[in-house]
Amino acid sequence: MPAETVGTWDVIVWGVFPYFMLAILVGGLIWRHKYDQFGWTTRSSQLYESRLLRIASPLFHFGILAVIVGHVVGLIIPKAWTDAVGVSQNFYHFNALLVGGIAGIGTLGGAALLIYRRRTTGPVFAATTKNDKMMYVVLVGAIVFGLATTVISVFEADHTHNYRETVSPWFRSVFLLQPDIASIAAAPLTFKIHTLVGMALFVIWPFTRLVHALTAPIHYLFRPYIVYRGRDKQPASPTSATQRRGWSDVGTSDNAKD
Amino acid sequence: MRVMAQMGMVMNLDKCIGCHTCSVTCKQAWTNRAGTEYVWFNNVETRPGQGYPRRYEDQETWKGGWTRTKSGRLKLKAGGRVKKLFGIFTSPVQPELKDYYEPWTYDYKTLIDAPAGDDFPVARPKSLITGKDTDITWSANWDDNLGGVHELGHLDPIVEAVRRESNEKIKFEFEKTFMFYLPRICEHCLNPSCMASCPSGAIYKRVEDGIVLVDQDKCRGWRQCITGCPYKKIYFNHKTGKAEKCTMCYPRLEIGLPTVCSETCVGRLRYLGLFLYDADLVGAAAATENEQDLYEKQLELILDPNDPMVIAEARKQGIPEDWLDAAKRSPVYALAKIYKVALPLHPEYRTMPMVWYVPPLSPVVDLLRDQGHDAEGAGTLFGAIEELRIPVEYLAELFTAGDTSKITEVLRKLAAMRSYMRGIALGQEPDASIPAAVGMSEEELYEMYRLMAIAKYEDRYVIPQAHREQAHDLEEMGCSLDFDDEVGMYENSPFGEASGTPTPVAIETFNALRDRQTSGEAPSADSLRGRVNLLNWDGTGAPEGLFPTKHQHQGEPK
Repeated sequence: MPAETVGTWDVIVWGVFPYFMLAILVGGLIWRHKYDQFGWTTRSSQLYESRLLRIASPLFHFGILAVIVGHVVGLIIPKAWTDAVGVSQNFYHFNALLVGGIAGIGTLGGAALLIYRRRTTGPVFAATTKNDKMMYVVLVGAIVFGLATTVISVFEADHTHNYRETVSPWFRSVFLLQPDIASIAAAPLTFKIHTLVGMALFVIWPFTRLVHALTAPIHYLFRPYIVYRGRDKQPASPTSATQRRGWSDVGTSDNAKD
Repeated sequence: MRVMAQMGMVMNLDKCIGCHTCSVTCKQAWTNRAGTEYVWFNNVETRPGQGYPRRYEDQETWKGGWTRTKSGRLKLKAGGRVKKLFGIFTSPVQPELKDYYEPWTYDYKTLIDAPAGDDFPVARPKSLITGKDTDITWSANWDDNLGGVHELGHLDPIVEAVRRESNEKIKFEFEKTFMFYLPRICEHCLNPSCMASCPSGAIYKRVEDGIVLVDQDKCRGWRQCITGCPYKKIYFNHKTGKAEKCTMCYPRLEIGLPTVCSETCVGRLRYLGLFLYDADLVGAAAATENEQDLYEKQLELILDPNDPMVIAEARKQGIPEDWLDAAKRSPVYALAKIYKVALPLHPEYRTMPMVWYVPPLSPVVDLLRDQGHDAEGAGTLFGAIEELRIPVEYLAELFTAGDTSKITEVLRKLAAMRSYMRGIALGQEPDASIPAAVGMSEEELYEMYRLMAIAKYEDRYVIPQAHREQAHDLEEMGCSLDFDDEVGMYENSPFGEASGTPTPVAIETFNALRDRQTSGEAPSADSLRGRVNLLNWDGTGAPEGLFPTKHQHQGEPK
């Protein structure tokens, strides 16, 4: 790619912002893990409602897991490798669109159902924080724009943009500390928006309930059923020094503490 | 042999009057917080009745506890590890709020804030979940006493089971037959299925005393434990998104105090003490093929604290001497293993529960009295226990997986104790044939009477304290050396008096009290760093600082 196509904004957005995002993501996660174990939870709302959740939640979660696998394949494995094992571009693209499209629609459908449930079920909506609402906007934004790239490439079958020649090299180059800004600068707008919203999602990730994804309990498959543990050596009593985040009182004005 | 200590509880159901004091004090102590409005670590159920949450004993619906596979291995009833993991996005059989109830409060403020009008203001019920107006339709003890048995008794899963196995005519007389109370806390099982269900490994059994706890920092809210526990004694705090459960008041037990539910029990029906058990055999015992053998197998796990081999092994495992001594004097060991009158609740769940129950004789006695018999006579009682099949069958479904012979055995012992001691109380010659009829000596029966009927405080609660070497960890602060006994030593924070860590209440009160006792005058404001401790104020004069002073320099503290 000729260097002239790279503008100042391109450098900021594709050369600087990714590292900013990574710093916030990694630093934020370390901070949250260290200081807010108590807040690290799925905050499940199944106690309030489970009829819709039973359909929506697995649809969304299994969908997004498939989407993640798709992203890993699309972004990390270079085109040269798939070419080398004889996978033609058309075949690859067809599969990516088909599987990615199904997973994306499932994810979006699941998310839409979840949001509908969240808005219409009284207790669930009452338990929705501002943080949750903001997170939903960004999350759904990332999914919608992601799906848009797929849908657009279905309808523009002739001159399909090959993201494996623009976005993917840039993605890999970020981790090699030599961001290939020119590559992504050549990508169409939908891909750029999707990537940007995606990065925004990673920026807010450590500070939302999304962190529960990072403690997926895979070790459950390997641990013994019965867990023995000695008594805590340093009890955190409510009168003692470090006041950590914890249980709160039932809120009535006449028994508020202090 | 791996000897471990387990804090256990026995409840004598004959004494429970269903007053719910245990539930209320427990709630005040532990679950009067946001997100736990519907949570009752301790609840009292009227049986026959549905329980809390409704019909929790119906494991075909709720999938709690363990099952034995054809190959003889234990498996969670809700499925193996992989199946459980696939279910974390939405737990397939978790009870919803409607299976518990929607907690509420009343809009009391209207009563005093409402403008003058023609109508009396009313305090409307408000949901504690949504904050909106709500209709009260159910609660944790809605079908209490006779409030529900007549209409709702048939929904009791145990009633269903008894009816399946008994003849038809029971159906029509059933509701009139009997009623008793069943207080329930977490069972602190030896083989807990909640723990086995937890994907995060956040639920653990304490090595020292076997208390089952949820690590609030490690729990991620996957809520599998709620399905896993067949007693539904793990609750989901819907505000924090974490599982919570009965802690057996471990902070109290550690300093030798009984649990709140025990301490406040009006009927004094609870016993607390240690079991020593062989942890290596738990799995095999829980996998016993015949459900009705599970009670016996559970008894076999419990070791004799007077056996020198057990003592030697326990010492090797590091169990302290005072704990071994407490195990010898343990009332729960006596009731469960020596007298064999305490039974585990639903052994067929294969979790090896450690809260045991002495089944109630009262329904039998009440029936006899109503029929005009001498309800306390040994002959009448013994005969009636065999005859009155219905209560026995019901109790058997609760405590022995349906084996009525074991229930009969226990009830006969209780009946023997009653009539033998009645004879003595009436000044008759003690009738040695009564204890002999239940295979006990007169001395044994008298000892059992002491423990169950006299039930002195120090006999009911034999609670060894957390071991002394670790005792200072249990104090208010991490390290007592930070706080010298000199007045003023705690004013050493680098950024002024309000900075740094707060002084523990005990230290502050101690210093203030000593100051008052030695100085001969009311505590001065400076010794309390600008605050007034009314706990030490004996009413003479007004201590300095009780009222705001005009800006005056008080001088340096001593």
